[in-house]
Amino acid sequence: MGSIWEYANPVKFIRTSEIVLPWVSILAVMTLVVGLVWGFFFTPDDFRQGSTVKIIYLHVPSALMAINVWFMMLVTSLIWLIRRHHVSALAAKAAAPIGVIMTLIALATGAIWGQPMWGTWWAWDPRLTSFLILFLFYLGYIALWEAIDNPDTAADLTSVLCIVGSVFAVLSRYAVNFWNQGLHQGATLSLDKEENIADVFSTPLYISIAGFVFLFIALVFLRTRTEIQKRRTKALLARERLG
Amino acid sequence: MMPELGKYADAVLSSYIVSIVLLVVLVAMSIRAARKARVELEQAEERKRG
Repeated sequence: MGSIWEYANPVKFIRTSEIVLPWVSILAVMTLVVGLVWGFFFTPDDFRQGSTVKIIYLHVPSALMAINVWFMMLVTSLIWLIRRHHVSALAAKAAAPIGVIMTLIALATGAIWGQPMWGTWWAWDPRLTSFLILFLFYLGYIALWEAIDNPDTAADLTSVLCIVGSVFAVLSRYAVNFWNQGLHQGATLSLDKEENIADVFSTPLYISIAGFVFLFIALVFLRTRTEIQKRRTKALLARERLG
Repeated sequence: MMPELGKYADAVLSSYIVSIVLLVVLVAMSIRAARKARVELEQAEERKRG
């Protein structure tokens, strides 16, 4: 087995993505359909929350992904800053729009769920607020990539922004534990059997989470490959202009 | 076939509609951008070959 750094070679990355992408895409579609259809059609209502418990199959996976996509971007940004692998910086750039959508889904479904349960669409609760800030960091990250012409400078500055934003990604996950106040409940999934949700809800939830993870992997492969191809085209056009 | 959602039907259905629309838009835009990038690269490489 070769070193992981082989995948920093754009040609090797594109070849790997061509093999991996169809399989991960099929897995993503299958797990998403099974998880969401099971959750929506075949789970009972919760004794306190009624049918709104069905929102959990979208809200929890998207919120988990919103945080973990940022951590993936943090790791790839650190690899860029330390080892200067272009594929790594482009993978972080490719992941950001996926993170935006995941954060937006988590915020939207949270607000829609909050209205009937808490009596309000929004509260300045620690977890909700840190999630909103994370969303703004995602937008700022994408805007910074677009605002800078030199790709290496853009990768450097966005990597620094990613490190700073990681504070809010951590806060989004642990805000409830840090402040122990606000409307939002603690973690839905827990290793503690007493705290964890019932199996009848958790099995389709785990499948939905797997679906969101596979979807992310498929999209990040596709979008990183797109970024590599765009950069190669830009280099060829620049060479054409020079004659 | 449709489950009985009771008084929370609007909240549950709108959550699913909003989320699925956002995911479909993300996938569609990613595929569109991938196709465009591949075609532009092929054209640039063809010009380079002469």
